[in-house]
Parts: sequence; C-alpha cells; structure tokens
Amino acid sequence: MTLSMLLGEPRVISVGAAVLGEALDQQAVPWTPVDWRPPLPGTSDALARVLADPRRERANALAVGRLLSARPQLVGVRRARDVLGLEPGTFFHAGPPITWERASGPMRGALIGAMLFEGLASSPEDAERRLASGEGITLDPCHHHRTVGPMAGVVSPSMWMFEVTDAEHGGTAYCSLNEGLGKVLRYGAYGTEVVERLRWMGEVLGPVLQATLSRTGPLDLRSLIAQALQMGDELHNRNRAATSLLVRELAPAIVDAAPDRAAEVLRFVNGNDHFFLNAGMAAAKVSADAARNVPGSSLVVAMARNGTEFGIQVSGLGDRWFTGPAGVPDGLYLGAYGPEDANPDIGDSTITETSGLGGFAMAAAPAIVRFVGGDVSDAVAATTSMYEITLAEHPAYQIPGLGFRGTPVGIDVTLVARTGILPVVNTGIAGRVAGTGQVGAGLVSPPVEAFTAALEALVLA
Amino acid sequence: MSDLVEVRAGVYHDSVSLMRVSQALAARAGVEVAVVAMATELNVDLARDLGFAVPAATGGDLLVAIRASGDARLEEASAELDRQLTARAPAGGTDARDAPPRTTRSASRAWDATVALVSVPGEHAFVEAADAVEAGLSVMIFSDNVPVEQEILLKDRARDKGVLVMGPDCGTAVIGGAGLGFANVLRPGRVGVVAASGTGAQQVTSLLDQAGVGVSHLLGVGGRDLSAQVGGRSTTQALLALDEDPATELIVLVSKPPAPEVATAVQELSLSKPVVRALLGPGQDDLTTAVEKVLGALGVPVPEWPSWPAGPPPVPGGPLRGLYSGGTLCTEAALIAGTGEFTDFGDDEYTRGRAHPMIDPALRLEALAAVETGVVLLDVVLGHGSDPDPSASLAPAVEKACERGVAVVVALVGTEGDPQGLRAQAARLNEAGAAVFTSNAAAARHARLLIGAS
Repeated sequence: MTLSMLLGEPRVISVGAAVLGEALDQQAVPWTPVDWRPPLPGTSDALARVLADPRRERANALAVGRLLSARPQLVGVRRARDVLGLEPGTFFHAGPPITWERASGPMRGALIGAMLFEGLASSPEDAERRLASGEGITLDPCHHHRTVGPMAGVVSPSMWMFEVTDAEHGGTAYCSLNEGLGKVLRYGAYGTEVVERLRWMGEVLGPVLQATLSRTGPLDLRSLIAQALQMGDELHNRNRAATSLLVRELAPAIVDAAPDRAAEVLRFVNGNDHFFLNAGMAAAKVSADAARNVPGSSLVVAMARNGTEFGIQVSGLGDRWFTGPAGVPDGLYLGAYGPEDANPDIGDSTITETSGLGGFAMAAAPAIVRFVGGDVSDAVAATTSMYEITLAEHPAYQIPGLGFRGTPVGIDVTLVARTGILPVVNTGIAGRVAGTGQVGAGLVSPPVEAFTAALEALVLA
Repeated sequence: MSDLVEVRAGVYHDSVSLMRVSQALAARAGVEVAVVAMATELNVDLARDLGFAVPAATGGDLLVAIRASGDARLEEASAELDRQLTARAPAGGTDARDAPPRTTRSASRAWDATVALVSVPGEHAFVEAADAVEAGLSVMIFSDNVPVEQEILLKDRARDKGVLVMGPDCGTAVIGGAGLGFANVLRPGRVGVVAASGTGAQQVTSLLDQAGVGVSHLLGVGGRDLSAQVGGRSTTQALLALDEDPATELIVLVSKPPAPEVATAVQELSLSKPVVRALLGPGQDDLTTAVEKVLGALGVPVPEWPSWPAGPPPVPGGPLRGLYSGGTLCTEAALIAGTGEFTDFGDDEYTRGRAHPMIDPALRLEALAAVETGVVLLDVVLGHGSDPDPSASLAPAVEKACERGVAVVVALVGTEGDPQGLRAQAARLNEAGAAVFTSNAAAARHARLLIGAS
C-alpha cells in the first residue's frame, strides 16, 4: 500500500502538548496547532462511544447532505384549518411541548389572543379561564406538524400559512404570516388591534397572496435567501433585503390578482421588514426536516423554545426533545424596557440557525452587529466560531465578507460537547407579562444540558 | 507565608506547559511552592496535601496555588504567572478569522496537513484521532492510557481509509526527516524502521546514525500493536508502506517480544525488501546486535560504539538498580544484566497526571537520590521533545551519588545532530563520574561487570 504521508513534505496538525509543537518549530516543520480544551464536564465517555458508532460518519454525511441539497420553494398561502387539519380549540405553539400551567406570559398572551381571534372566548378573562380549565383545548408543538412559528408561534385554524415545499426531497412545511413588529400576537399581545389585524390578514392578505402565488407559480426561496445574504441579511433578525426581494417578485402579480386590494396588501408587506422571516423559517424547516431520521446521525434538526424551555431534536433520535431552561436574551431594548421586562427565550425561529442562517450568518449582516456586542469583528467571530460545531458549509448560502465562504450549517451534538461552543442564536425579546408585546432584540445561548442529554441518548441509540 | 489559591473556570493549558510554568514560578526568589495545574482530582489533592485551601473545581478548570514568603513576593509571582500564561495562549491574530481551530476535525478542514499528532490526555485521544482518520490523515497518538478497543477500532478505520495509526503510546516517529514526538536528528538514508517501541527505535536509529547510515522513515505503531489483541494491524500497514516506499532499501522491525501468532503472521507478509527483526526477548538479539546485522546487510563496517569510561568504583559490587525512562531500553538492560531491580518511569503508572520522565526528571532524580550503595544503571534519551538539557539536573545528582560511593552507568541514546549534543551531554555526565555508553547493551554489560555478576 502507498501511504500518502510518506510522499510529500510533512505538514502536521498538533493537538495537545505544546512542547511537541515547539519541537516541530525547531525542525522548521510546517504545522498548525489545535486550540484543544477538555470537553464539557462528564461527556468524554459518551463522546468516545458516539464517535465509535460505525454508522455516524456516513449518517452525518447523508443527513447534512440532505439539509444542504434541499430546494425550498414557496408554493402557496393556505388556511391552517385546510392544510394542517386544525380543529377549533387546538392550537399549535412554538418550542417543545408545554402546558398552560408552565407557559410563560407571552405564550399565554398569544393563546388568549388566538382564542379571541377564533371566537372561542368573549373576553381575555374568559379566554384565560377556558385555557386554564383545559376543556376542549389541545396544545401541540408546531414542530410536530411540519410547522414552525416565530416567538409564541401560536397557530389557530383560521390563520393563513406560507406553504413551502422541497423540490429536491418532496417535503412540505408551513409557517404563519408575519404580523409586523410591536404589539402583535406572536409577542404575546392580544388587544383589539392585534385581533383586528389577524382578521384582516385572514380576510384580505392570505387570500390575495394565495391568488398571487397561483399566478406566479413556485418561488425559489433558496435563490432568494442566497441573494438576501449577499445584501446584508442574516435572515433572522434582519430580513430587509429578503422582504424587498419578495415584494419585487410578487408585486406585479399582486396587482393582477387583486387590483382593488393590491395597495393595502403592498403597503402592509412593505411596512414590515420582517415579512420574509416566516417564509424563510418555513424554508429552513423543510430543509431541516429532510435531514430527519437518519439512524446514527448526531445532526441537530430542530432548535426551538416555548418561552419556558429550549429544546432540540437530533436526526438519529427521532422526534424526542432534549430540553433545558430557556435563557433570557442579552440585547438591546425598545424605549424604556430593560432586561427585567424580558421573557425567557421563545420561538421556533431558531430553525434559521439550525439551517445555517441567523446567528450563524451574522458575518453577512454588519448592519445589525449591535445585537452581538458592537462591531463587525464580533459578528465575524460569531460566524467563524460556528464552523467549529457544524458539519458543512452551505454551497448556495454564502457570506461575501468571508470571501464568499458558505455559511456554517448542520450543528453536530458531538462538536458542541467537544468544544463547549454553543450555537449563536439571534432573537427578538418578548415582554414577560402577557399582553406586552416585543421589548427588544438580541442574542441568546441555548442551555448546555439539551446537548449533553442528546449526546447521552445517542450512546443508546 | 502568604498563600494565593485560585480556580480559573474553563481555562485550559496542557500539563507539560503548566509543569514548566510551575517550575519557573517555584524557581523565583521567595516562592516556596507553586502548583499551576488543571484541577483534576489528583492535582487538587496534591495542593490540599500541601496545605492550600482549594475550593470546589472540575478538571476543566485551572488551579493556581502559590505560597511565598510575603505578599509582595506573592504578587510578583502572580504577575509572572499571568505573563507566562498569556505567552502560552494560542497565537490568535487580531482578525477573528485567524482564531485557531478547536478540534482536529476543523484543523484538517482549514489546513492542508499530511499527518496529525495527538497528545491530549488519553481519555480524549480517541476522539481527536478519529477526526484525523476520518479526514484521511495518518495519525500519531503520543497519548497513553487509551483503551485497547479504541486502538483496534481506529486501526481498522485507518486501514479502510489507507492511512496509518501510529500508537497509542507512540513516542517517536520520523516522517521524511520530520521528527514527531521524541525524535533524534537523523541523517536521511535508506533504512526504514517500523517500531512498536519508541526508545528501542531511538536506540536503533541513533546507532545507525553513528555508523553513518541514515533513515528514510521511522514509523511507530504503538507498544501494543504486536499483542494478540491488536494483532499487528499497524505493523502490517507500515511494513507494506515501506515496502512500496522508493527511498527505503531495508526495513528494521523493532519490538518487545510479540505474541507468537502475530509474529508469524507478520513474518509471512510477502515483502520485496529485506527485513531485519530486532525483537527483544530471551534468546533474541539485543538492539545493538540487530543494528550490527543491519550494517552487515548493507555492507557497512561496524564502528566502535562511542563510550566514556569512568574510574573503578570505590566500593565494588553491591546491588544493581535500573532507573529507566525508556521501556524497551529497560527491558533490554534487565535481560542483559540478568539481575537487579529495574523501574521503567515511562510506564503508565508513573505518567498518570504528570509528564513523561524524558521531559520531567523529578521522579527519577528522587529515586537516584535514594540509592545508597551499589550500581545505578540509567538511560538518557536525547532528541527533539526531550529535556533540552538533561545533564543540567542529572550531572549534579550523579556527582552526589558517586560521592556516596554509588557507581553510575549511563546509556546515552542520541546523535551528534540532536539539539542537546551527544558529546556535550556525555562529557558532562562523565565529568560528574558516570560511565557513559551510546549502546544500552554495552552499558548493561558494564553494569553487570561492576556488580561482579558473571
């Protein structure tokens, strides 16, 4: 056999004792150090066992390959009741499973608002009483139904949903329509203006967009996201470019489809820089779902928070959730709000980070670097550190400022445990008290125990 | 006396670097004792035994415990500590893109390497080595205390990928002139070496160098490779690779006694090049004799192996004590001496939680100081990675031993090209009163002569 190492000039990676690297320096042998540190406490046994799993290497290549090759397309805007089989009294919500008792302020607020919107309660107090009694009420995670929802992520039967399909692997995913910022249902507000807006979205926005998309045909979201990244979005806390691109694609067809309503629809979409976020989340969801259920794979296929817990799901571990307490984001606050007003982390929008966008693509979005601590080098450091815990670089989603390097994609539970580096998550911050709405935006770290618990489970899988 | 005790959460440095920092601090005026180490159970206990009040910590934290004659001295020591630790922090550029990789996996993606060198603590070595093999790199595992199942798994994966696993517990390798781990500076040449024994290989290649014969590659395979369990997986790969290698004309296989069925299997490999076996054991050639056979096969005359005799011992006879850092050298010497008490300080039981005796001489110096009578036989191994000046600490200890009437015999393994300098080290030790031999076998025979054994 031929050993390639014997053929050329030796080039050495040295991991461990610095003295051995110094010996290479003395010989002028080219080498590079690994900044190795012990893994997360208590994980070294599990790490050795999971890395010994003969399925792992191929399973991860397969799983992340599916995530990277997904071709999400926006194909329609449909009513939740029609596509998700939602019955009155059933609500989908963000994050891992939750009960009313354990739900945080904004989650409760959003559920109250959804009760009012569906006509299931006569007043907020009435809604709260019915939700607390649990009678005729079913709460179920969005993620269990090919769906994601930002912040509280509450989906009720009358809401309209983006429908995104994966032209490569055939999956479908859904996400609600974005209401805008401030006092909105997803941040836990449920006042009259909130419910009125949802009504208008159900009566006007949803049907008009559906008619629009039936004229345009499928819209290639992979290409749109790739362009938006090059225009300064990271697709989680900044969606300004993506929203603009979406409007450019849809505007003529909106006018054709509904000349009487076009102006108000376009005004609404244009007035919300985050309008694209929900379509991007559905694209991320359909891509991550393509990577699910590969036996032996340690790839994270979902990260989601319900306002109380942060949960992850892993390709090789089916639909199990691994959770820890949701942290309070560190960020910038609106108006007079401060950290004491903040609810713990909430929302399915971390599906963007799961698919290599959001915090992972922070280096693409210098305009919002204030969220990560101040200057562009912080944003570059955030993205760069994510290459340490991911399996691949995205072939289409590229970052101009990093020499068009692909975004870091595909969180590997074992790499998180080995490096102790947690995924960087960009997020909005909801008010702690039900009914408040958004109080800020910033950065949050997932709880480490979600990853160590998943690692332990992989040992037995 | 003032104490400083700190636990710095999540700060990691490797044990050898920290040992050097501790030594540098302890050497400062006014500093009585300094423990700068990862807060493993072992190190925390050590500090508590010294009377430091150590708070709760985990093995991922850095423990700092310094005792000095006064607050001013303590502050100076603390400032020096910070300076040393900063100097040891991995070189990170101001640009975040230059942040060094955190795993072998990410290093292999960012940089075009040909081989990985793994020296993290044994329980973590498999993971890093698995990264290298997965990336299609050969890997040398310097770490010891790696479970044998992990070794077998890595070697099977390596065979599938067409790469070589050298180790675990592989102390030396020379790839195309680059020494990895403990390695002597060898002239390039036509002899390829496959070694399941690090210091055995260093002895063989150093003697070849002294005879003017160079080495193409030295491929370590790890001390367990020729056991029944591991079955010569890497030895087979390495022999086949050197058989293909155009620079290699003759192959030397160096090992402690292999499992018989493995020896047979390795012998039955069909190779086109001659193989000289240096398999230590009763009835086998010693390493020096094997080297002489290699020279014979190459038609190179056998030189007189350099040695520096000492005067006759003041008190002839007495017990023989072998204090070795090299396992194979220890075995060879014990076989030749046929008597005496031999200790291999490079063995796992002495290296848990501390550096190899070729780097950290403390344990061996203690043992030498405890010998009151008779003959001490010890090895000093030169080369990259080893103590940069072993005679600096050893020569004074030898001198004191000689003053106590103890005869000291040193097997000095190295080449003139080594950074420490073979002749300079020999002269220092010889001046201190030791008889010095470049052949370990010759040293052992001399020691046997001194104790009067026949």
